[in-house]
Amino acid sequence: MLAMNYRGPFRVRVDHKPYPELQHPNDAIVRVTRSCICGSDLHLYHGLVPDTRVGTTFGHEFIGIVEEIGPSVQNLKVGDHVLVPFNIACGSCPFCKQELYGNCHESNPEATAVGGIFGYSHTAGGYDGGQAEYVRVPYADVGPMVIPADLHPDDAVLLTDVVPTGYQAAEMAGIKPGDTVVVFGAGPVGIMAAKCAWLFGAGRVIVIDHLEYRLDFVRTYAQCEAYNFRSMNDPVLFLKKATDYFGADVCIDAVGSDAAGSALQTITGRKLMLQAGSATALHWAINSVKKGGIVSIVGVYGPTDNLIPIGNVVNKGITIRANQASVKRLLPKLIDHVRSGRLDPKAIITHRVPLEEVSDAYHIFSAKLDNCIKPILIPPSARV
Amino acid sequence: MENLESHYSHINGWGIDADPKNEPTYPMKKYTGDDYRRLNYQKPPQQPLHVEILHSNERPSVTAVFGTPNPPSGLSGIIRRYAFRFSESEYGHWLPLLLADRVNVVEGIIDDLKRGYVPNIFAEKGWNAEWKHNRKGLITKLAIGALVTTAVFTLVCRGRKKKHQV
Repeated sequence: MLAMNYRGPFRVRVDHKPYPELQHPNDAIVRVTRSCICGSDLHLYHGLVPDTRVGTTFGHEFIGIVEEIGPSVQNLKVGDHVLVPFNIACGSCPFCKQELYGNCHESNPEATAVGGIFGYSHTAGGYDGGQAEYVRVPYADVGPMVIPADLHPDDAVLLTDVVPTGYQAAEMAGIKPGDTVVVFGAGPVGIMAAKCAWLFGAGRVIVIDHLEYRLDFVRTYAQCEAYNFRSMNDPVLFLKKATDYFGADVCIDAVGSDAAGSALQTITGRKLMLQAGSATALHWAINSVKKGGIVSIVGVYGPTDNLIPIGNVVNKGITIRANQASVKRLLPKLIDHVRSGRLDPKAIITHRVPLEEVSDAYHIFSAKLDNCIKPILIPPSARV
Repeated sequence: MENLESHYSHINGWGIDADPKNEPTYPMKKYTGDDYRRLNYQKPPQQPLHVEILHSNERPSVTAVFGTPNPPSGLSGIIRRYAFRFSESEYGHWLPLLLADRVNVVEGIIDDLKRGYVPNIFAEKGWNAEWKHNRKGLITKLAIGALVTTAVFTLVCRGRKKKHQV
């Protein structure tokens, strides 16, 4: 089968790899019909995540048709078209029982700090991902959900990660009606977080980024204010002035370790790797939020340390809330939002690329070429 | 809230999920009442172990399921095994893993060549897309690269010449 193959930082290609096998009674094999490249895949692509082994297939956002099921699978049958949450979750450990499906204790032997994630290095369990023709899906009775007939596949594939992550960013932010919400990052997750902030009653939504085409998009798509931090000397000061010198009620970091905007952070985090990526967005979020405010983090950082102003967290009495999105918990509500037209995920897709051209797709997304916001990969069998 | 609602009537779904109970612990924790049983929960059936899986020393054994592709091998595998002696809290864990990743890149090229496959590194880096969408940038990048290489080469040659003259 064809599959994306990681060869090293900034190098990926498509290769023929063996068809995946059932390895556990509750496994399923899924024939992928669509997969996305996620902004967090770029952290892998840039070599920022430890234990990303050569030969790994990335891809934690995918949907597909069930081809095979293990003997204990009861909730799926061959031929079902399923959306597969990016979290691999057993459903029975103490964390899954609390609906913390992103923190499963039985899906990642390599690290205890994160649950298993498809195609996200051995630090997240060593699974191959969905940027391939076929993929092994563990705990098939827990995560995958049959796609309702009235749900467009493009919406479904974005419900595997982007939409729940953006939504949970707003949910964790504890937004109260009328609150000013600042979202750092106008990538797919930031766009979705800005859109979802309104659902919680935000009074004002401000997005900060440095790519004009993305700011233009989010301004229209999420009906919010959007500003380029390159056009201001100091985004924190700008935000203080914009909030009567009090600070935003809520700040959301939807960027993570690849943030631009600070030479010190970029050099120490992204170039020299002396910290787990560049924490510029989080730094700004902590300094821009009001005293007693909430900072919600969904941007992905590596497992080592980052330079952030922790003293200001204490002195300002800030609450920091963060997690991998608990996709399964949020799906019913989000599907309802999509059906009712309150959310329109597929509108963020800008590029549809054949799987065979995965190298170009990664480069376009990473280098922000051709006004790229969200690329999806289509395997050959899904193009027939 | 009612006043606000009319103010935001142009936004479909405004405030629909507003929840006054959503205080900083709400979505993070769903109390099940049996948290104390954490080590006594029923573990799912174990996936058979056919390949080498390195597991964090912060857990007693491998998880019930795990990914099997790309088990540790070669020099990078030796470094990874060393790294897993340390907990996730230690630099001794993560820094060797980053080193192993870089060693693994060289191993990947050697493996390709051993199979008689010469990797097209430019294509793998997506330079086709760069040529299509950012031709000027690519030409500038190549020109700067050529200039720097020529300058370094010239300096090295001059240095050698001077050494011979002395």
